Amino acid sequence: MAKDYRYIGKHMPRRDSDEIVTGTAPFLDDLKFTNLLYGKVLRSPHAHAILKKIDKRKAQALPGVKAVVTWEDIPDWRGGTPRSVRVLDNKVRFVGDAVALVAATSGQIAEEALSLIDVEYEVLPAVLDIDSALKPDAPQLYEEFEGNIVPAGTPIYGPNCLTGVVRGDVEKGFAEAEVITEGTFGYENLPNALPPESIGAVAFWEPPNKATIYGTSQAPYMDKVTLYHVFNRQIEIRSIGHHVGASFGTKFMCWQVQAYAIVLARATGRPVKVVFTKEEHMAAFTLRIGSRISARVGMKKDGSITAIQGTWHVGTGFYSSTTQCQVAVGSGELMILAQCPNWDLKSAIVATNRNASGPTRGFGGQELECAFIPILSLAMEKAGLDPFEVMKKNFVKPGGGYYWRDGDWYSFRGVDFSSAMDRGAEVFGWKDKWKGWLKPTSVSGPKRRGVGVGIHGNADIGEDTAEAYVQLRYNGTATIFLCVAEFGTGQKSNYVKMAAEVLQIPPERISMSPADTLVTPYEFGPVGSRGTYAIGSAVINAAEDAKRKLLEMAAPKLGVDPADLDTADGAIFVTGHPDKGIKWHAMGNDRTLLGYGRFESDFTMCNFMMSFVEVEVDVETGKADLVRVVNATDIGQIIDPPGLEGQLNACWGSAGIDSALFEETVHDRRTGHQLNANLIDYKWRTFAELPAMQHVVLETPFPSHRFKAIGIAEITTSPGPVATLLAVSNAIGTWLYQYPATPDRVLEALARGGAR
Amino acid sequence: MAATKLIHLTVNGQDYELDVGNRPGQVDPAHTLVYTLRETLRLTGTKAACEQGACGACTVIMDSKAVLSCRILTLECDGKNILTIEGLRDPETGTLDPLQQAFIDHRAFQCGFCTPGMIMTSKALLNENPHPTEEEIKEALSGNFCRCVSHYHVLKAVLSVAEKGR
Repeated sequence: MAKDYRYIGKHMPRRDSDEIVTGTAPFLDDLKFTNLLYGKVLRSPHAHAILKKIDKRKAQALPGVKAVVTWEDIPDWRGGTPRSVRVLDNKVRFVGDAVALVAATSGQIAEEALSLIDVEYEVLPAVLDIDSALKPDAPQLYEEFEGNIVPAGTPIYGPNCLTGVVRGDVEKGFAEAEVITEGTFGYENLPNALPPESIGAVAFWEPPNKATIYGTSQAPYMDKVTLYHVFNRQIEIRSIGHHVGASFGTKFMCWQVQAYAIVLARATGRPVKVVFTKEEHMAAFTLRIGSRISARVGMKKDGSITAIQGTWHVGTGFYSSTTQCQVAVGSGELMILAQCPNWDLKSAIVATNRNASGPTRGFGGQELECAFIPILSLAMEKAGLDPFEVMKKNFVKPGGGYYWRDGDWYSFRGVDFSSAMDRGAEVFGWKDKWKGWLKPTSVSGPKRRGVGVGIHGNADIGEDTAEAYVQLRYNGTATIFLCVAEFGTGQKSNYVKMAAEVLQIPPERISMSPADTLVTPYEFGPVGSRGTYAIGSAVINAAEDAKRKLLEMAAPKLGVDPADLDTADGAIFVTGHPDKGIKWHAMGNDRTLLGYGRFESDFTMCNFMMSFVEVEVDVETGKADLVRVVNATDIGQIIDPPGLEGQLNACWGSAGIDSALFEETVHDRRTGHQLNANLIDYKWRTFAELPAMQHVVLETPFPSHRFKAIGIAEITTSPGPVATLLAVSNAIGTWLYQYPATPDRVLEALARGGAR
Repeated sequence: MAATKLIHLTVNGQDYELDVGNRPGQVDPAHTLVYTLRETLRLTGTKAACEQGACGACTVIMDSKAVLSCRILTLECDGKNILTIEGLRDPETGTLDPLQQAFIDHRAFQCGFCTPGMIMTSKALLNENPHPTEEEIKEALSGNFCRCVSHYHVLKAVLSVAEKGR
């Protein structure tokens, strides 16, 4: 089991605890800037229109207005994949698309100025769902995207970017199958991960071509990279991060609001702040991708999957930034949980006139599995199989493998997760509660209980490169230089712990640089559960490099080989003789030692989580309540016990389990207006309805880094939603085909023939 | 401009006299309390999130009751006594309020954006009912939106304070 570490695995206060509980932790909107202007965005009331004429004279004349900017005022700057979305365009593609930007001396004046801009729209027919977008002769959002199909693949994942899975021989696979099922299922309710802090940016402009942004993203370095490309590689960006009021993946895609702030700062020569209102955050920022799969599955009666064939339609809204990435990662994630030899799974990304889909924890896999596992369940039902056993059998094990995002095959070198699965089933009481498909666990009057299980794994724990510096000072202190903004996981404190463990100095002696691209090396950002393995490795490597330099510095002074030396508590000594040594002081107060650490992508391991859920459905009202959740995982080594528990508890928040029960984004099907873009009409779980929660966490050492740990947080929302939909189906005795299982849908299903 | 009207507020024990008007530093009739706290008095610990009284992030204590500062006009607060997250720490010793300490000890936050609102709601509850049950705490916090799911840890933190001296 876990090694005896000084700091790793110990419950310690987070380094920002005091600031958080006293309200002094700086979030973007709390930062003070002098001479600041406030930016606002005029948004389209139409789902699809050409801007025929914009008259901004009245707005410009309003006292306090410093700039009004439209597409006519700026170069053809574009974002998206492929780069297709102009920062400001002469066409709008969803209700809420940007028409003009205003900067003024107060938010109120900027707001008033918006109402003084006269816009003449030529309204175009819109496509508000996948089916209408795919019809022949459907209106097109972009001339270059024929049939509203967004080009597959992304250059950042390389020329063979995964766009589905083709492997083996599906005809042979279906011939070998003892059960074949097919169907179409969707996870298209577009839940919103909905961090409490909105998105925004403050930009400074320095002529002729430099901009500094303070943003709300957890990955400031990638903001720099993304914006560099948006501005045609002509503007040099410095990006600074601070506390982030949660992201759940979404704030990785803040380039639009950042670009607005930069455009306005460039136009006025003054710093400009743009922060989206909650309505803008919900109706003009990102949602989960829409996911619909039509597939055929072959299975043997022992539960092995013999063939998977189908098409995955992915709704991306008015453009894609990371949707191709989500298709690639999601396809790989499906392979991880369905170790099937024969595949023919294709995908198509479809653009429609609604706000964009973007990165959200679960990143493609959650959305694909929520649609695919119901079809797999039909096969399990036909074969009379227990889903827990089938999921356990088909999840990747040592010796297995999968294609990952770059299209390469990876042989899995992680641990066998079966023990964690078994332990989870035991704690949940799965064997007693599982009564068979569409059979309730218990019935008490109108209340029927049902159970379900879901599974997820992600090889992005080792995705992308990471870099860090660790600097040692003569007084026994150290500084970590790393471009990560704290966004809730507590990882910044964990990096301090890791460096403290390597250097054997107390965490209080280690400080961290701001997340500032002018100061730190490259870092992709804490996404995809890569924080522990990928970023952690960079920090550990930097600390080890610094330690090596420290020992090399001390070796001549002690007359020994550096290999015989060690350090602890600010002293350097011959290994095994901590009493005989010299202090770090020996380096002199006119010197610092700088260690550099780098991590290179490694897709040969994945994380894992299984969620067991129990629901209670009232067949008279149709309301389904989440009663209990047991999550099971194996993460090698716990770094921070309370932080881990918090991230596992997160399984129902941020567009997780509750996206199977009541969370959904509702658009008017006629106009494309979002109808619940506020925190009253968008339903969220309150303290009054907390389900019971238990976690099983095993610590089987992973061949990852020095501490044998891997990350988990990103995937904790992922196994639960489909488990919950199936649990409701089991409770009421009939299949539910749509997310979320709202009372009207439950009653409708019961009317269709549920077992009352 | 008409004769100057003044607003008196006591915030965290300090008295403020603010002009009503629409110049910087003044209280505009349209300003909400959260705006005045954050932008005029620069007390940014109180968070503005939904700005329609749905999420509890802006909760402060006014005359011993938890209120949503995004739903109150500053003009309505003349003569009121307001406590914000910045006022919980003992001004003399710098010691954290027991609730703040419990939030640290129980790691009752993740991103921390909703935390000031959570603490102020809990503080108002404990002022009124020093030993609430778990159900009463859940009821009191039902208007506080947390998306990281720190609810379980918040409950433990508030219960740990509620159980002291029982």
